[in-house]
Amino acid sequence: MINVQEIRKDFPILSRSVNGKPLVYFDNAATSQTPNQVVDVIVDYYHNYNANIHRGVHSLSQEATDKYEAARIKIQQHFNAAKSHEIIFTSGTTHGINLVANGFSALLEKGDEIIVSALEHHSNIVPWQMLCERTGAVLKVIPMTEEGTLDMVTFEAVLSEKTKLVFCNHVSNALGTINPIETIIEKAHAVGAAVLIDGAQASPHIKADVQALDVDFYVVSAHKMCGPTGAGMLYGKEAWLQKLPPYQGGGEMIAEVTFEKTTYADLPHKFEAGTPNICGGIAFGAAIDYMNSVGFDTIATYEDELLQYATEKLSTIAGLRIYGPNDHKAAVISFNIEGIHPYDMGVILDKLGIAVRTGHHCAQPIMDFYNIPGTVRASFAFYNTKEEIDILFEGVVRAKNMLS
Amino acid sequence: MTIEEIQNEIVDEFSMFDDWMQRYEYMIELGKSLPLIDEQYKTDDNLIKGCQSKVWVHASLDGDKIAFTADSDAIITKGIIAILVRAFSDQKPKDIIEANTDFIDEIGLKEHLSPTRANGLVSMIKQLKMYAIAYQTQLK
Ligand SMILES: Cc1ncc(COP(=O)(O)O)c(C=O)c1O
Repeated sequence: MINVQEIRKDFPILSRSVNGKPLVYFDNAATSQTPNQVVDVIVDYYHNYNANIHRGVHSLSQEATDKYEAARIKIQQHFNAAKSHEIIFTSGTTHGINLVANGFSALLEKGDEIIVSALEHHSNIVPWQMLCERTGAVLKVIPMTEEGTLDMVTFEAVLSEKTKLVFCNHVSNALGTINPIETIIEKAHAVGAAVLIDGAQASPHIKADVQALDVDFYVVSAHKMCGPTGAGMLYGKEAWLQKLPPYQGGGEMIAEVTFEKTTYADLPHKFEAGTPNICGGIAFGAAIDYMNSVGFDTIATYEDELLQYATEKLSTIAGLRIYGPNDHKAAVISFNIEGIHPYDMGVILDKLGIAVRTGHHCAQPIMDFYNIPGTVRASFAFYNTKEEIDILFEGVVRAKNMLS
Repeated sequence: MTIEEIQNEIVDEFSMFDDWMQRYEYMIELGKSLPLIDEQYKTDDNLIKGCQSKVWVHASLDGDKIAFTADSDAIITKGIIAILVRAFSDQKPKDIIEANTDFIDEIGLKEHLSPTRANGLVSMIKQLKMYAIAYQTQLK
């Protein structure tokens, strides 16, 4: 059983007020809040051992390096990667995707095909379009269904010997859909294609096991899982990371440099040019510890309860439509009320202290599919409560009365 | 009336309300009185790209004054542009160019000028002034 009131004490921000009302934070899918346990680690870093890593022989540098590498191992264990050098520190999901997309420039030829799902965040569309422009590869799409799930029949029809890469999110940020990535990975591998899974939205809800999934690349952002912004990780199978050329050149990523020739460092450093977000990486490790101390099973059970409660409650409002599937989804409710623009709804909810996201959620193709300008998205975390959902419900009713 | 007089009048009207809900409800009402843009001008050329709600503005010259019509797909945005159109329409280009928009702050709608609102309001003010600049050159 989760003790939400105790957990909320770890998040001072949750007791502030906004526009004179107690804050109700339902924009967790955009970024999660940071508990004291993570903030303390950040403060401790700057108070006690701030130094550049992998370079100095002095003690501070050694301490910072040890903590940074220990964080890498925490991340490795959390995602169950076989080797710690398969974990590349990044600035976030977007960086991880760009790193892989850039690397594939060297591996693709004109006429090769790569497949994207229709449920993607722009971060997992644009870098691949740029890759196609560079290489002449062709971008194919797994279409979505009215229910907000992937059309797996078409996926299999699109998949062929020409397919080199498939990329898809584990959980859709706009709708909350949990995608059948196990099947996608299996089918893609059957034709010899690699698979990149964008785990940005899954990571706060689901503990992914990259070995069990047999996924080739898995990317996340720390800030969606109680960590700081500007930190994240790319998991890549060792063989793939060896095959991909480096993304950026600079310090840290070299073995030897002469003007004639530079040899690159071994993994993971080959992909970690320049001074990284040292504190961010260490705090990412602390965030993973924190989430595991709450427990992913506990989180999933409780968030599901919140989701069911909110779904039932909001569904009683006349004219309200929830987009996305009814089950097998993460704790996200994306909705609209007939005749009301999501922007208007968001403005009124903000006045009531309720933070939701409105707009296209960086997933314009989904909005185009439904022919809507956007949705109102309430996304829940394990530190939210049913009382907050009641406040949301009342807020939506009040806004509806004002706006219609 | 001059732009400043109209703005003062709007500030007076809003000062009657003591909470945000009444202000918003009034703004939504004002939105309904907006001189609507003719359907033929609701084109991409006249669309101001705010990220979330769409705003269309059309300007025409009536003697030495500019008349604005507009519309939006979001009603709060529509309310705000109704206020702007009321302040700037049927005025001379020079006066529009020189006018300031501090009254938006005074009527408690400052947050809508924040760029993160992405409602196109800032671009809309810029657009009204651009029209004024264009017509001023034309009039000379
Ligand atoms: C599914 C998905 N992919 C990618 C991203 C981009 O993450 P970041 O901005 O942290 O790089 C997000 C963030 O909203 C997301 O939800």
